[in-house]
Amino acid sequence: MTSPILAAGAVERHLRARRDTGRGLLMPYVTGGITPGWTDYLRAFAEAGADAIEVGLPFSDPTLDGVTIQQAGDMALARGASTRRILADLSGLPDLGVPLVVSTYYNVVLHDGPDTFCDALRRAGVGGLIVPDLPVHEADELTDVAAATGIELVLLASPATPQPRLAEIGGRSRGFVYAVSLMGTTGERAALAASAAELTERIRRVTDRPVLLGFGISTPDQAREARRHADGVVVGAAVMRRVLDGAGPNDLRAFLATLRQALDHDDFRRRALDQE
Amino acid sequence: MRDVMPWREPVPLDATMGEPRARGRFGDYGGRYAPESLVEACREVEEAFRGAWADPGFRGALARLLAVHAGRPTPLTPAGRLSEALGVRLYLKREDLTHTGSHKINNVLGQALLATRMGRRRLIAETGAGQHGVATATAAALLGLEATVFMGERDIERQALNVFRMRMLGAEVVPVTMGSRTLKDATSEAMRHWVGATGDSHYCVGSVVGPDPYPWMVREFQRVIGDEARGQCAAELRTGVPDHVVACVGGGSNAAGTFAGFADTPARLVGVEAEGGAGAARGRLGVLHGCRSLFLQDDDGQIAQAHSIAAGLDYPGVGPEHAHLRDLGRARYVTVTDDEAVAAALRLARTEGIVPALESAHALAWVIRAAGSGELAAGSTVLMTLSGRGDKDVSTLKELL
Repeated sequence: MTSPILAAGAVERHLRARRDTGRGLLMPYVTGGITPGWTDYLRAFAEAGADAIEVGLPFSDPTLDGVTIQQAGDMALARGASTRRILADLSGLPDLGVPLVVSTYYNVVLHDGPDTFCDALRRAGVGGLIVPDLPVHEADELTDVAAATGIELVLLASPATPQPRLAEIGGRSRGFVYAVSLMGTTGERAALAASAAELTERIRRVTDRPVLLGFGISTPDQAREARRHADGVVVGAAVMRRVLDGAGPNDLRAFLATLRQALDHDDFRRRALDQE
Repeated sequence: MRDVMPWREPVPLDATMGEPRARGRFGDYGGRYAPESLVEACREVEEAFRGAWADPGFRGALARLLAVHAGRPTPLTPAGRLSEALGVRLYLKREDLTHTGSHKINNVLGQALLATRMGRRRLIAETGAGQHGVATATAAALLGLEATVFMGERDIERQALNVFRMRMLGAEVVPVTMGSRTLKDATSEAMRHWVGATGDSHYCVGSVVGPDPYPWMVREFQRVIGDEARGQCAAELRTGVPDHVVACVGGGSNAAGTFAGFADTPARLVGVEAEGGAGAARGRLGVLHGCRSLFLQDDDGQIAQAHSIAAGLDYPGVGPEHAHLRDLGRARYVTVTDDEAVAAALRLARTEGIVPALESAHALAWVIRAAGSGELAAGSTVLMTLSGRGDKDVSTLKELL
C-alpha cells in the first residue's frame, strides 16, 4: 500500500490541513549525511513538532548558502555523503508522520536526469523538492517530470520578484511557496527582515497555498514575528550551527521545542483574540 | 499547450555567433539558472546591455576608452622565426599589449561603462590569477566606481603581486576561505555577495560564463579581438582569412571574442584547454554559476576541482557557447599539459622576444604540437590570440626553470 505521504500533493495537503487548524508550520532543515547517525535528527525534529522536514543533499558549490550551510555541506561531503547514500538512509526510516522535502542544487538533479532523480526521491519516501538555482522560467524540464513522479516541486519567491512573476510562481509551485525573507543567502540574522512582511503579503494576493518564510529565521522571537505574516517558518542555519557545534538530536529537540512553543503560543493568542 | 522543453527543439546550425536564441540559449546550453533573488537583476543587466549595445553613443564612448586607455587596436605580429621553425605562418594577436596586460580589460571597460549607465556605484568581481581583478580595479578607478574583488585564499597566496596591484588601485580584495579556495569558490562568493547588493552594485563577470546575458554580453565586449584581427588578416594575408584560428580556453572569453570575428569564414576554430581543466573536451552536462554547460564532475554530481599551472584556466567548466560550438563541430577543443605550456612559453620568449602568460602558452603549445604532427599543413596560416603577458607568471616559471 502506498503511504498517504507519497501520494501526489500529499505535502501540500498535509500542510494545508495543519494550517487550517490554526497551527504555525515549522520546517527544520538538516544537511543529509552530516554525522554517521544523522537520521536521528529527523526523529528528533518530528518529536519536537515539525510539520515537514527539509533534508539538504550537499553540493560542492552551494551559491545561495551562507557559511553555516556551506560548512555543513563540506563536512558531509568530506565524510563521504552522496545523494545515493543519503536517499538510502531515508529509505530505511520508519514513517515519521511528517513529509520529507529534499533540497539541492540543479546540477545534482541534472546529473542523472530529472526522471531518474525524481524516481529515486520517491523510492526513498520523499514528497517534495526545493532547487534554489532553478527559477520558475527554467523549471519546465523538471516540473512535469516531478508531477508525474508524485514529487512536489516547491518554488522560491524573493523580495525582488515582480508581481506578475510572483503569480506564476504561486501558480506553479507545489507543496507550498518558499518565501525568501531577505535579499541575501541562508544564515542566521539578528532580526527578521522588513522585506518578509511585504513579500508574504504579495504572495497572499496570488495564491492560497501555504507560505513558509525562510532565510535568517533563527530564534523563537523571529519565528513568532514571521508567523504574523506567513503560515510558518523554515529553520536551517540555526539548526546546522548547533549541529556543527556538536549538538545532538536531544539538543535539537529542545531547541525546536522552543520554536514550536513560540509558534503555538502565537496561535493561542490569535484564537483568544478571535474570540474577543 | 505550454511548451514543455522549449530548448529541446531541433537546434538550427547556427554557428555564426550571433545573438543567443530565446532565453539566452546557445543550442541546449546557457540560460539563466540564477537564484530567484538574482533573476530580476539579470533581467536589468540584459535590458541595459541591449539598449547600450544598440546606442552609437555608448559604442563610441567604449571605443574611445579602449583606444585612449587600453591602447587598442593591438597589433597583429607575424612570429617570423618561430614560423620558419614550425613550417607554418603564425600570426599573434597581441592582447598582451593592452593596458593591464591581458584581454580582460576589453570586457571590464564595457561592463564598467554599462554599470555607470545603470547608475551603479560599485563593481563586484571574482578573480583567479588576478588579471580580471586588476582589470576591474583599473576600470573602477578610471570611472570613479568602487570595486570589491573576491579571490580564493590559495590564489591570494600564489598571486601576491596582483593582490597588491588591486589594493593600490583602490579595490577591496576579499579572501574566500571556503571550498577549494580558488576561482570557482571566488565566483560562488561573488554571486552570494551580489544577492545582497543588487541595488547599488553591478556584478562584473570575468568570462563567458554565468547567467544570461553574461555569456553573450562578455563575448560581445571581447569580439573586438576577433573583429580587429579579421581586418588585420585581410590586410596582411594573401588569402585574407587564416586557415586556423587558435585561442586558449578557461571559461573561454578570449577564445569567444576571437572566434566571433571568424565564425562566418572557412577558418578552422580551435580552443585549447588545460589538461586538468578541460570542461569542453571532457566535461559533462550540468549547471553551475547560473548557466547550463559542460562541467568536470564526479559520479555524484559534485563539481571537480580543476588543476592547471595557469590560474586563468583553473576553472572546471566552459562557457555555454563553446559547448554549443563543440556540439556543432564548428570549433574543436583540445588539451595541453602544464609541461607543454611551459616549454611553449620559453620557446616564444627565445624565438620572438615575447614572454606570454601561461594561459596563452597553452594555445601556442598546441600550435607547436600540431605543426610537428602535420595536423597543421605545411605553409598553412595560423592566427593565435596571445591573450596576456607573462609578467604575472615569472615567479612560477622561475621555480620550474
